[in-house]
Amino acid sequence: MQEENRLRIENLERELAALKASNPQADVARLEGQLQMLDRAQAQTATPWEQVQLARHPKRPHALDYIQRMFTDFIEIHGDRAYGDDAAIVCGMAKLEGAPVMVCGQQKGRDTKQKLIRNFGMPKPEGYRKAIRAMQMSAKFGRPIICLLDTPGAYPGIDAEERGQAEAIAVSLREMARLGVPVVCVVIGEGGSGGALAMGVGNRVYLLENAIYSVISPESCAAIIWRDAAQSEKAAAALKLTADHLERLGIIDGAIPEPPGGAHVDMDAAAELLKAHLIETLAELKGLSPEQLIEERYWKFRRMGSFFTEGASA
Amino acid sequence: MSWWKRDKPSVTTSSADNRTVLTEGLWVKCEGCRQVIFRQELEKNLRLCPKCGYHFRIDARARLELLFDGDYEEFDETLTSTDPIGFVDSKPYSARLASMQTATDLRDAIVSARGEINGRTVNICALELKFIGGSMGAVMGEKIARAIDRSLAGKHPLIVVSASGGARMQEGAISLMQMAKISSGLMRLDEAGLPYISILTDPTTGGVTASFAMLGDLNIAEPGALIGFAGPRVIEQTIRQKLPEGFQRSEFLLQHGFLDAVVKRTEMKAMLTQAFEFMCR
Repeated sequence: MQEENRLRIENLERELAALKASNPQADVARLEGQLQMLDRAQAQTATPWEQVQLARHPKRPHALDYIQRMFTDFIEIHGDRAYGDDAAIVCGMAKLEGAPVMVCGQQKGRDTKQKLIRNFGMPKPEGYRKAIRAMQMSAKFGRPIICLLDTPGAYPGIDAEERGQAEAIAVSLREMARLGVPVVCVVIGEGGSGGALAMGVGNRVYLLENAIYSVISPESCAAIIWRDAAQSEKAAAALKLTADHLERLGIIDGAIPEPPGGAHVDMDAAAELLKAHLIETLAELKGLSPEQLIEERYWKFRRMGSFFTEGASA
Repeated sequence: MSWWKRDKPSVTTSSADNRTVLTEGLWVKCEGCRQVIFRQELEKNLRLCPKCGYHFRIDARARLELLFDGDYEEFDETLTSTDPIGFVDSKPYSARLASMQTATDLRDAIVSARGEINGRTVNICALELKFIGGSMGAVMGEKIARAIDRSLAGKHPLIVVSASGGARMQEGAISLMQMAKISSGLMRLDEAGLPYISILTDPTTGGVTASFAMLGDLNIAEPGALIGFAGPRVIEQTIRQKLPEGFQRSEFLLQHGFLDAVVKRTEMKAMLTQAFEFMCR
């Protein structure tokens, strides 16, 4: 059923593109209608593995797509002041409904050239160091921080190890805990393990409806456990990486709705929904002092865990 | 074709098993110099190869005995993981936990204790590699968070001795969040001006390296330990090349500026004592 649906969607998309190029309005509208219905049905009945595919959908909006649509006066800032600039992370000052904020986003590329430039959205140490530098600067001037997470994971390569990938992530985690301004983090696509979490220590953490957040990619998990990456489907289900599960586990504060069919169907609508949510969340956090924000953030993560004391009456 | 097949199972091979059992434990082959060493001699030498100084791995409890002057008090010994996401691989996570608990006599991959190092009260958390690869789950997160609380309350230094493959995927995103939980705790320790020393032993990788293991006021490693973010196999798969000799070993990290020192097991306690003299007023 799912597979069939996907094929039909692909066929329709192709037909639609051809029609749009040549002619009749009526047919285009009819096909577009069908496509939307199918997209919606697909999203509603998605299995965890399909959810993973959806989170990685090639047409899914990336950080910069949201930044362009949600903010005004975005000025990108570059570099970690130590080694270089990492294009897999974009940081900059911007305005959200006229109010200054710092935006840090993990950025994937869309075409091959962009993908290479953005290193497939896999940040290197200098990227994390740039991001935490931007966040500290933001805290200095009392401006809220918005982090958009979307990465398969931190880059696992020789150069990244040499420049201290682990140290960069660790320091980012600790220093985010120290920020005296509101920090709101949203996983917009793939929340890939420590590479995503490095920018995810927020007062509020949300997932877009079709995003995922996981300790390990389903492929790697399957490779470790069943020694077979083809078992990814099973792993995706076992890892409980979707928004509903994560909310129940107390890891995220909630899911942000996407337009019917998913964010890739209508980027503008997706950005509109996210923007409204961000404005609301920042308003909630506005009254808190720096000390309260730090304390609240600490306890948010401190409470995450599931354990019992053996022998104690449970 | 009975020419090729034995009709009667007349020969059993149990004697072969017996033979290995008899000799097992007396002699060990050193992975460093490939020489055969007498086990007793190895144990006497803090599990360092008497010939080449290769550091054999040691258990969490043995580590505590090595570092503390004498008796120490253990905390949160009975803290036990639930199976938060009902994870099943080759066997259910709950069953895996149970069998590990019997095998190691620990509830999880960490021992948290307070004792004295040359007369100074110190909290030490030591990770146990034998327990599901020393992986970090909710129990490790909570035990370290509580050790941090004890350090804050008593104004005592904290040491974490790492030996771990990283986050425990059987606990899903909860294990991932322990990285943030522990790192936030270390921020508090830092704000309070209390010393935190990270000791990295073979192997320390993944989410453990990318959180508390790299956040020490001093990061000290034992010689030859594998330390990194991504494991060597993952990197080889990404770049499709063999990794250079010595890559991600202690000495490599020292050279690239991520360790303060590489210190032999036999000299670790002296180093810690001196460091605390500098750090504690």
